[in-house]
Amino acid sequence: MVSESPETTQVMGASDIDRALTRISHEVVEAQRGTEGLIILGIPRRGVPLASRLGERLQSIDQGFDAAARTGALDITMYRDDLRSHGARTPEPTQVPAAGIDGATVVLVDDVLYSGRTIRAALDALSDLGRPDTVRLAVLVDRGHRQLPIRADHVGKNLPTSREERVHVQLHGVDGVERDDEAVVIQR
Amino acid sequence: MRHLLSTADLSHQDALSILDTAEEMSAVSSREVKKLPTLRGRTVVNLFYEDSTRTRVSFEAAAKRLSADVVNFSAKGSSVSKGESLKDTVQTLEAMGADAVVIRHSASGAAAQLAASDWTEAAVVNAGDGTHEHPTQALLDALTLRRDWSAAHAAGSPRGTDLAGMKVLIVGDVLHSRVARSNIWLLRTLGAEVSLAAPATLLPQSVSSWPVTVHYSLDDALAEGPDAVMMLRVQAERMGGAFFPHAAEYTRRWGLTDERLEVVETLTLGDTGKPAVILHPGPMNRGVEISAAAADSDQSRITDQVAHGVSVRMAVLHLLLTGGHDA
Repeated sequence: MVSESPETTQVMGASDIDRALTRISHEVVEAQRGTEGLIILGIPRRGVPLASRLGERLQSIDQGFDAAARTGALDITMYRDDLRSHGARTPEPTQVPAAGIDGATVVLVDDVLYSGRTIRAALDALSDLGRPDTVRLAVLVDRGHRQLPIRADHVGKNLPTSREERVHVQLHGVDGVERDDEAVVIQR
Repeated sequence: MRHLLSTADLSHQDALSILDTAEEMSAVSSREVKKLPTLRGRTVVNLFYEDSTRTRVSFEAAAKRLSADVVNFSAKGSSVSKGESLKDTVQTLEAMGADAVVIRHSASGAAAQLAASDWTEAAVVNAGDGTHEHPTQALLDALTLRRDWSAAHAAGSPRGTDLAGMKVLIVGDVLHSRVARSNIWLLRTLGAEVSLAAPATLLPQSVSSWPVTVHYSLDDALAEGPDAVMMLRVQAERMGGAFFPHAAEYTRRWGLTDERLEVVETLTLGDTGKPAVILHPGPMNRGVEISAAAADSDQSRITDQVAHGVSVRMAVLHLLLTGGHDA
């Protein structure tokens, strides 16, 4: 994990992340007026555990929502527009609910929204899988500096940053931290 | 990775990265839209100095599924038959903007020479050089083996797993087989034990220095209980001399006949009770090195191998053509 130094500030702790996800789950139900036709897709890697937690909360709000059957992962590696300049990466699995996404409301989930390029790639990837009725975007942190006309529908925390700063999200299951040590930190 | 020339210089991590990527590519191949935008605007040249329809078509399908432009260049009926050198041909293709050159050549080391030269900036993929190596074939064999080996041992995805503990028997014309060479290095890197069964006349002299066990009887080799039996094609076209007396004699001693199939049917993948598997790189000489019943048996993975060929080649092109070459 990132060490606590004068240049590193923690902006969210484990309980803040939990509360943000709970709030987002209520917002999703409200925006959708229920959970019918709802599919939650996390963007690897950190969007995947966030999506599965969001799915669990939705199930606890609405018993009719089967989190296991309606939550998945959408890898965007092959759709990135910076493939020439960045190192080759091994794609992560894409898991789409068996029923497919045609006509569904898909909520894309990611950890940090920054330039918007990841989401652009995700929209391309999604259109190769089917034709959802609506696509919404939920992110844990929106740090601004968009390069594309993309905005999030559900935001855990708006975090004004400078371009020189880096935002690190540390999650259990991805970054080798315990659940209690999860955090969002800014590094200068 | 900058080029893919040989499986001997693939690290364990590189090999797993290619196989894991190929797993995701397989998922794309089973979708309704079998196309990714990954290599849009890039050009892949298939430079084939030897005939090989299936390998060329497989590379072509792989490149097209990644949205690359494909130029097929076969030596037959081209300026090569007018005496043009490999250097001139490659420089012509370079001038046309090739990003990757997939080369099949009858001379061992042709791909390595191309990669070491300054004739082209393109990534070089060895699609078979003489009797040396055919790395993508070995990778697709490994992908096929890993699917079964991992499914027999655990329910989850094969991602990240290797072939540790698997015993693979390679049977037949090892001398002329680049597939066998590539497989030996890759299977060893992935943790498998490799044994060979072949007539002494069809083994290279250097075999004693290879990390393999050699059997001079197929029946003895099968008695050792391999988890997979990989039959090699009898490459009659490469055999200038007499390497065995007669095709029927070869079949009797070295073929996967109906009688030997009965033995293979009793073999299992480790101690899991799941049946062992049969592989063949194709094209098969049915009735020579493999009987029709063996080729079509439930244990045969020969058609899976073909499908995995496209996935593996997509993975290789993706990893070579995207981004800085950091691995």
